[in-house]
Amino acid sequence: MNDQIRSSKTFIILLFLLIIAACSRIIPPTPEENSILDGPVGGLTNEENKIFLAGDIAFNDEVFTEETGLGPRFVANSCAACHAGDGKGHPFTSLIRFGQTEPLQTPDEKTGAPQLQNRALPGYEPESLPDGVPHMKLIAPAVTGLGFLAALTDLQILENEDPLDTNMDGISGVASRPNPADYFVQQSIHNSGGKAVGRFGKKAGAIDLLQQIATAYNQDMGVTSIYEPRDPSTGLLHSPEVDESTINDILFYIRTLKAPIPRNTENPDFIAGQQLFVSINCSACHTPSWTTPESDIAALSNKIFHPYTDLLLHDMGPELDDGATEGSAQTYEWRTPGLWGLGLSKNSQGGQHYLMHDGRAKSIEEAILMHGGEASNSKQAYTNLTNAEQAQILFFLESL
Amino acid sequence: MKRKIIAIIFLILGFNLSAQIDSSLLNPQYGSDPDKMNMDAVYQRPFLAGNSIAAIGGYVEADYQYMGTDGITDGHQFSIPRLTLFIASSAHRKLRFLSELEIENGGEELTIEFAAVDLLLHPLLNLRSGVIMNPIGAFNQNHDGPKWEFIKRPIAMTQLLPATWSNPGVGSYGKWTKSNFSFGYEYYLSHGFNSTIIDNSEARTFLPAAKADKTRFTETLNGKVMQTAKLAGRYKNFELGLSYMGGVYNNPVVDELSLENERKQHCYDIDFSFQTTDLQVVGEWVYIQVDVPETYNRQYGNSQTGGFLDIIYPFYKRPVFGFNDAVFNAALRFEYVDWNLQNFEETNEPIGDELTALVLGISFRPVQTAVFRINYRFQQEVDLFGNPPANTRGIEIGVASYF
Repeated sequence: MNDQIRSSKTFIILLFLLIIAACSRIIPPTPEENSILDGPVGGLTNEENKIFLAGDIAFNDEVFTEETGLGPRFVANSCAACHAGDGKGHPFTSLIRFGQTEPLQTPDEKTGAPQLQNRALPGYEPESLPDGVPHMKLIAPAVTGLGFLAALTDLQILENEDPLDTNMDGISGVASRPNPADYFVQQSIHNSGGKAVGRFGKKAGAIDLLQQIATAYNQDMGVTSIYEPRDPSTGLLHSPEVDESTINDILFYIRTLKAPIPRNTENPDFIAGQQLFVSINCSACHTPSWTTPESDIAALSNKIFHPYTDLLLHDMGPELDDGATEGSAQTYEWRTPGLWGLGLSKNSQGGQHYLMHDGRAKSIEEAILMHGGEASNSKQAYTNLTNAEQAQILFFLESL
Repeated sequence: MKRKIIAIIFLILGFNLSAQIDSSLLNPQYGSDPDKMNMDAVYQRPFLAGNSIAAIGGYVEADYQYMGTDGITDGHQFSIPRLTLFIASSAHRKLRFLSELEIENGGEELTIEFAAVDLLLHPLLNLRSGVIMNPIGAFNQNHDGPKWEFIKRPIAMTQLLPATWSNPGVGSYGKWTKSNFSFGYEYYLSHGFNSTIIDNSEARTFLPAAKADKTRFTETLNGKVMQTAKLAGRYKNFELGLSYMGGVYNNPVVDELSLENERKQHCYDIDFSFQTTDLQVVGEWVYIQVDVPETYNRQYGNSQTGGFLDIIYPFYKRPVFGFNDAVFNAALRFEYVDWNLQNFEETNEPIGDELTALVLGISFRPVQTAVFRINYRFQQEVDLFGNPPANTRGIEIGVASYF
């Protein structure tokens, strides 16, 4: 009996020592670079890495409270609440925009437009949507790779415009020309002989990332800055609740987030799917590749990247017309979303795809089949493919 | 102010030096008295065996850790998470005073965790007033580092319940013992939480956020009283405790102006411990309800739960390096926390915000009042949306000792 007890004790000791010894890698391994969206673009200098890190902390770690300026009415309390892991947002933090039904119309702020702040601090009432008002629900986009899109010149984007469909392919993309924000400073990339081209937001209503960031602080979190000094729910001027340097850090962080890295690129199904994607003319709007011009950030200069967007507005048909709009877009027009990182998007959406502008599509295939308007021919071509070919396209898209 | 308090502590230390070094003050039988329950933990400390008017004691913890999450690590980290001082005195056999002052993170924080005067009227009726340790669960009362085989405190007890949660208050406690059975109760009225529990940078309902408000030791903004009650029973080596803590946490009316509705929090806790010569099992589970306005932010959940289970197996008891009562223990901890039990309104899917951990450990106790520990932690944390979990693993080595 004593021998049994002694041997069981020895077994337990050895088991514990074995388990601890088995932990030869004390900490978990780093995920594959192409399996996550966050992380900086390669080639940043030490100084740039420091700014990136500061922006990373402000973007991913800072949570606003009543004391630090949240609200009183808001949608989310941090950047990361809408862009977990720098990826696409979850319906929990979807935004509701309303108050503009015509291009370049100024929303009536007295009604709470342009965005509903549907949450409120205790003791306050959140906003409610005016009865019957046309509105659009928007899932937050991924923020990775946006610096590459921001680096493009307006002329590069305009090269793909075809408003009269001169090539007769049924696709007539137009550039967004929104009214710039008061604080917009024209850069050399915007020199195209007219208003600057809008390129960010579902309707391309924002010209640059600074506007996106300052507006998100203000409209999403109720946080004022020198750029957006008015409380969105009262319209009253407020002292800045986020300082300019923090906004600059976040701007740099967003600009220098890496572009999503595709996976399975050597897989025959990826290659076949990529070819089919082009052959059924999805690539007419989802432009696969671009090259950046010279940039003030060397790591972004002269880089080929693959966002799968032309940054133009397209008529997507009545099913996707919510009756509301932004910038110069018609209510039925949407800016082609980038497809990079598409396969990873569910990793920030709770393991489930919420695609299209409002998350109505729960899979990539559903999203394809919801395309209308200018994309009708490509959608029809997709449905005409064999099951195997469709699977190859889906595999390709999942791998982006 | 902090410097003054530290100076006073060291002055007292000087006056009590003889008590400190008097070995008769050390109770070598610490932890082995079957009549003692978790509610007795505050007096079940080494220095209390002496007969001096005042005595001093305490404990220190020092750790090393090398942890990483998904390949990201802060490298090698040494820390002194806490140095705690006890000062006790008995002006009369029925009147005693005990305080517990904790210096955390190398002096970053100085906290009065306990400072109460007990008036012992009857075994079933004793009055306590001062800064009391709210008796929610067992860990909050019985938290001294040297008593545990794990370096980190249970996450549910520090991230759901605020470990070492104490407040100014008053109440009574008592105990009835017969043969192998003991029954005890505690009931206190005290200051409580504040609105930071649902308005904090943790982005979740987080009761420990209220610990940052030191004004609670002098005033409560809402003028409301929090109730804490505990019933516990012990039969031989098995103890079971049931406890409750609740009250209004926000400040609904200021200067007779209504600012918001009155909102309450409720904590329900069950704890147990079981000990034989070859095995010790300790566990605690808590369920928390917080009244969060529907129009606020569901990120701050209205219900939470979590707990831990420790299994300790002393596998080697014999003299080692001249320590005659040395013991080596193998230890296993499972812990779980769900900060938000609600569903998303938008998708009707469950909200994530959960943590699961398994900790393996080996401890060496050269004496009962000191422990050297090595732990290895496996931990998975799921964010609000239920995205792929963040994996944390790493090794912790530490020492904790009463003095």
